[in-house]
Amino acid sequence: MTANPVQLALPGFDQELAEWRERYRTQIGEDPLIRNRSGVEIQPLYTPDDWSGTRYLDELGFPGKPPFTRGIYPTMHRGRRWSQRQLIGLGTPEDYNARVTSLLESGSNAISLIPCNSVFRGIDCDEVPPLLLGTCGTVVNTIEHMDACLEGVSMEHVSTALNDPSPFTLFAFLLGVAERRGIDRSRISGTSNQSDYISHFVANHMFYRLSLAGSRRVLLDHIEYCQETVPNWNSLSIVGQHMQQAGATPAQAMGFALCTAIQYAEDCITRGMAAEIMLQRFTFFFDISISFFEEVAKFRAGRRIWARIVKERFGVKDPRALRFKFHAQTSGADLTRQQPLNNIARVAIQAMAGIFGGLQSMHTDGFDEAISCPSKASAQIAIATQNILRDEAHLCDVIDPLGGSYYVETLTDQMESEIADLICRIDDAGGMYKAVETGLVQGIIGESAIAFEERVESGDQKVVGVNCYIAEQEDAEPLPYRPDPVAIERVVADFRRYKSQRSERKIREVLDTLARVANSKDENIFAAVVASASAGATHGEIVACLRNELGFGHPLIVP
Amino acid sequence: MIVEAITPPARVLVTKIGLDGHDRGSRIVASYLRDAGMEVIYTPPWQSIDAVVNLAVQEDVELIGVSSLATDHLVVPELMQQLERAGLKDIGVIVGGIVPDNERPCLLDAGVDQIFGPGAARDEIVARVFELVAHTRSARAA
Repeated sequence: MTANPVQLALPGFDQELAEWRERYRTQIGEDPLIRNRSGVEIQPLYTPDDWSGTRYLDELGFPGKPPFTRGIYPTMHRGRRWSQRQLIGLGTPEDYNARVTSLLESGSNAISLIPCNSVFRGIDCDEVPPLLLGTCGTVVNTIEHMDACLEGVSMEHVSTALNDPSPFTLFAFLLGVAERRGIDRSRISGTSNQSDYISHFVANHMFYRLSLAGSRRVLLDHIEYCQETVPNWNSLSIVGQHMQQAGATPAQAMGFALCTAIQYAEDCITRGMAAEIMLQRFTFFFDISISFFEEVAKFRAGRRIWARIVKERFGVKDPRALRFKFHAQTSGADLTRQQPLNNIARVAIQAMAGIFGGLQSMHTDGFDEAISCPSKASAQIAIATQNILRDEAHLCDVIDPLGGSYYVETLTDQMESEIADLICRIDDAGGMYKAVETGLVQGIIGESAIAFEERVESGDQKVVGVNCYIAEQEDAEPLPYRPDPVAIERVVADFRRYKSQRSERKIREVLDTLARVANSKDENIFAAVVASASAGATHGEIVACLRNELGFGHPLIVP
Repeated sequence: MIVEAITPPARVLVTKIGLDGHDRGSRIVASYLRDAGMEVIYTPPWQSIDAVVNLAVQEDVELIGVSSLATDHLVVPELMQQLERAGLKDIGVIVGGIVPDNERPCLLDAGVDQIFGPGAARDEIVARVFELVAHTRSARAA
C-alpha cells in the first residue's frame, strides 16, 4: 500500500488500526452484517482511513457557500431558528382557526393547512358521506371558509403552507382573502406545499385531481404566475416525503426528489423562465425516519448534489439558486400504534436528525398520529419537543455539529453515491416524468416497501412494542379525534346555502372562461383559477371544470 | 410462509373505499396473498361502495379485504349492508389498517369477520383468509 496523507500525518496509524481490528474480531465473534435502510453496509468503526478531510474545501467547505454540505446559510440555526410549522387540519374552518391560534401562542411561528380528504379528492362537502368530513383535515371549499380559517391570523407576518396541489384552489382562496383584507400580495409568504404532482402519481396517491399532463401544465402556469405577482411565495415544493412514506429508502427518496426537481427545472426552462431566478424559489419536503445517522447523511448529501446539479446542468452561477431549502416532517410510518407514548421518544430522535441535517422548517408528529389526527395535547407536546431540543438541549449552538465525524462524512459520501446512481438510472429512462409514466419509479418503491416489511416481519429490523418488548397488556388507546357531527352538518348546510345565494350567471361565466383558458395555449390557467375563486366558485367546481378539460387523474400503475 | 393447497385458488378482492389514497398497506397485503397462491383482484383507492359490490359480483370473489388508514373504515357498515342487499352475505370481509379500539365494535356488529391492525403478521393474515374462504365455500356448497 502506498502512503496516503493519513499515514504520513499519523505515523504508526496503520499498525494501530490493524491491532484494533484483530482485537475487535477476537472479542465480537461472529459479526452481523449491518446495513442501513438505504442498503449501505455499516462498519463498527470509522477512522481517518475512511475519511480524512483532505478534500475539505471541495466536499464540505463553509456554511453558506456551495456545495452547502454544512448548511445553506452562513449562520444556520444560530442565526435564525427554523420555521416551526406544524401540519394542521381538522374539522370545520372554526376548529382549524382555534387550533392555529393555540399553536401560534405556544411557539409556532408559521402555519400550514391540511384540507379534508374530500378536498384532496377534488370534491365539495355536499358530495361526501358526512361521516368522512373533517376527520383528517379541514373542510375548505370556498373563499369564505378560508377567511374563517385565517380569522385573526396576521397574514403578512405568518408564513402559510397550503397542502394543496394542482389546481391550487386553496392558494387562490388565500389570495382572495388577502385582497379583501387589503394586504398587498408582495407581503404574502408561504409555500404551495406538495405542489409536486409527480410525487402524487408515484406515492401517497391523495391528489389525482388532474391527469399527469394536465397537472404539468397547471404547475408551470402556477409557478409563472407566482413569480410575476406573489414574489415571496414558494410556488414549488418537491416532495421526497411521500415516496419515503410509501416505502422508498432514504437514499431513493432523496434521489427521486432530485430527479423530480431536475424535471421541473427543465420544464420551466423550456417554458422560457430564467433558471437563475426560478430556481431560487425551489423548495423541498422530506421525511425524517428514525434511522438517525442515515437521515443526517441524506440531507447533507442532498444539499451537495443539488448545488452541483444546478451549477453543472443548468449553468447557474448565482449561489442563491443553488441552495437546497427544505421542510421536513418526522416520519409517521415509524410511529407505532402499540404503546403510543413511545412515539414521543421516536419523534424527538427524528427531529434531532432533521436539525443536525440542517433543515429550514419542521413538523413534529403528535404521538397519537398512528391512530388519528393529533389531539390538542399531543400537538402541544410535539411543538414543545422542538422547543426543548433547540432551547434546552442546546442543539443549535454549533453549525453542522456532526460534520467532520469520520462516520458521518463517510456515510454522506456513500449516500451521495447511492443517490447519484439512482439519478443516472432515471436519466437513462428519459427523466422523471417518463420514468413515472412507465411505472419504473413506482416499481422500485414497491419493492423497497416489501423488503422493509419483511425485515420487520423477520425481526431483522426491531420495532419496540411491535416485534420486541411487546406489552402483555396495552393501556387503553387514546380516543381518536373525530369532529363534532353537529358542526359538520352546519358546515354542509351553510355551504349549500352559500351556493344557492350566488349569481348563477356569474359563476357560469367564470367557469366558462376557465374552461376556455384551459384549452388555450398561451393564457395562464392559474390566473383563471384565482379569478374563479374570488368570484365565488367552489373548490369542487373549479376542479371539475379542469378535469373536464385536462383529463381526470387516474393511477398509472396498478399491481 | 403458508401456502395452502386450496383448489381452485382463493379469489380475493383487495380494495380501498372512501377518500384516502394511502395504499402502502393494501399493496403489501395483496402481495402476501398472491405469494400464498391466491388470485388477488386489486383496485386503486377511492372505490365507491357500489363499485366494490359490483366488482365482487363480476369477479365472483370469496373474500373482500378493505384497507383503511384515514377513517374510511367508518363507511364499512354501509358496505356490509349493500353486500347483503346484493345477496353476498356469505363473502368474508376483513378490514385492515387503522381502526381505533372504540370503533371496532361498530364494524364487528355490522358483520365484518376480522380486523387486522398494524403489526399483524403475514402468516396470521394468510391463515385467516384461507379459513374465511373455506367457510364461504362450505356455506355456498350447502
